[in-house]
Amino acid sequence: MNKRFNRRGFIQGGLAASAAATVSLAGKTQAATFEGYPNSMGVLVDLSRCVGCRSCEAACNKEQHLPAPEKPFNDFSVFDEMLHGQKRRTDETRYTVVNRYEIPGREHPLYRKIQCNHCQEPACLTSCFVNAYTKTPEGAVIYNPDVCVGCRTCMVACPFYIPTFRYSSAFHPRIMKCVFCYDTRLTKGRPPACVESCPQEALTFGRRNDLLDMGRQRIRENPGAYEDHIYGEHEAGGTAWMYLSPAPFAQVGFDTSVPKEPILNYVKDFLSIVPMVLTIWPALFAGFHLLAKRKETRGQQTKNEGEV
Amino acid sequence: MKYNPKTVIAAAVLLLAGILSLGRYGQAMDQMNALETVTIDSLAELYQPVKFQHKWHTKMASCKDCHHHTTGQQDMNPNCFRCHAQSRETSRVACKDCHTKKQFYPEQVTARDNRNLYHIDKPGLKGAYHLNCVPCHVKKNAPSHCEGCHALTEKGKEFIQVQDKGKNKAAAAKESHAH
Repeated sequence: MNKRFNRRGFIQGGLAASAAATVSLAGKTQAATFEGYPNSMGVLVDLSRCVGCRSCEAACNKEQHLPAPEKPFNDFSVFDEMLHGQKRRTDETRYTVVNRYEIPGREHPLYRKIQCNHCQEPACLTSCFVNAYTKTPEGAVIYNPDVCVGCRTCMVACPFYIPTFRYSSAFHPRIMKCVFCYDTRLTKGRPPACVESCPQEALTFGRRNDLLDMGRQRIRENPGAYEDHIYGEHEAGGTAWMYLSPAPFAQVGFDTSVPKEPILNYVKDFLSIVPMVLTIWPALFAGFHLLAKRKETRGQQTKNEGEV
Repeated sequence: MKYNPKTVIAAAVLLLAGILSLGRYGQAMDQMNALETVTIDSLAELYQPVKFQHKWHTKMASCKDCHHHTTGQQDMNPNCFRCHAQSRETSRVACKDCHTKKQFYPEQVTARDNRNLYHIDKPGLKGAYHLNCVPCHVKKNAPSHCEGCHALTEKGKEFIQVQDKGKNKAAAAKESHAH
């Protein structure tokens, strides 16, 4: 027994194993970031066109069979609603919301529609430990309530504060968020309900790559009409829904501090060492512990033997 | 020298036609000949048709402002000018002759693969109507909310979820109690 398993051998083996594991896992963390499915779809929102008619909200409500709103969709007093010092947000009764922004120096206000931006590499998806989320090749980030355990980590992970929870239902709680009309429209080649309802064509539906070209063309051909930036081209690693704005994005309620890389990148390196820590460290330290104890018990034994 | 009367008449007709056609191309379509009203009803579903005071609007805008290059005036929009700098007036000038009722369906989205299709970023019919009217209405403080131009239909009221008066009163009562 002593010959086959001595301390030096054990430590050498343990170090070699942990080094091997570190090297092999380090390779994985350098995997290229996912740049999105080719030909995936998206929507370009042009804030210079939106007049705040709320048709998109009405269309979404109908398409997704959401509960009736408190105020009809042609009631524009909702733009004055504030909750906890914030403008209206998505919740379990509305997957999309239009808010009004008074911009200093502009005669007319701007309106911004918010909904799920359908990230290329979604933080909600990567944070979900039961894989309730899927990024489909068409570009939608969809959600499966059947496997969801209701931990709501996705709500914390989302850099745009979009997923919401159906707290009102005690027996069927679930995450409520825009799904890009995936099952009813996107898979059938139809544009999302909000896009089709927009009278101003403030929402342009198309392949994400084409939309980027289109957005750049609008910026180029209308000098001074737009900020020279497409929000969502790189934000959070790129999103399917992107925005053009005639005013600085920060003034229209956009979070300009959202990183330009997938949220996942911030935890990838840490997460990659978790399996190593969970598998190798227990064996390694248990080994150290046993070796240390062995000496102690041996000493105890000889002591005991001597006494006898 | 004697002229055949038939030749004289033929020459006169040709000359007259030439002058007329020249005049037509030179000045393009006359704004005075514009239709008095145009009923825009091809998309009426949630909202009633619009009785558009067409001639009245020509006092404030020239033909090209709405009809692009199709009326013989030169459109200065860079997106159109690229190709239509020399374009003459066309036989059909209605919005729906070029702008499609359906928009963002595969015909429009993947048709971009067609190299002969140059109308990139061309709005659909609904977009064309509203993008023509609304920006100017906003600028000139003309009605720019939906029902300023077209009233809701019954189907539209359902879509917008206009509540009946009784319900509104109930909501108001609830609100006043809360205060």
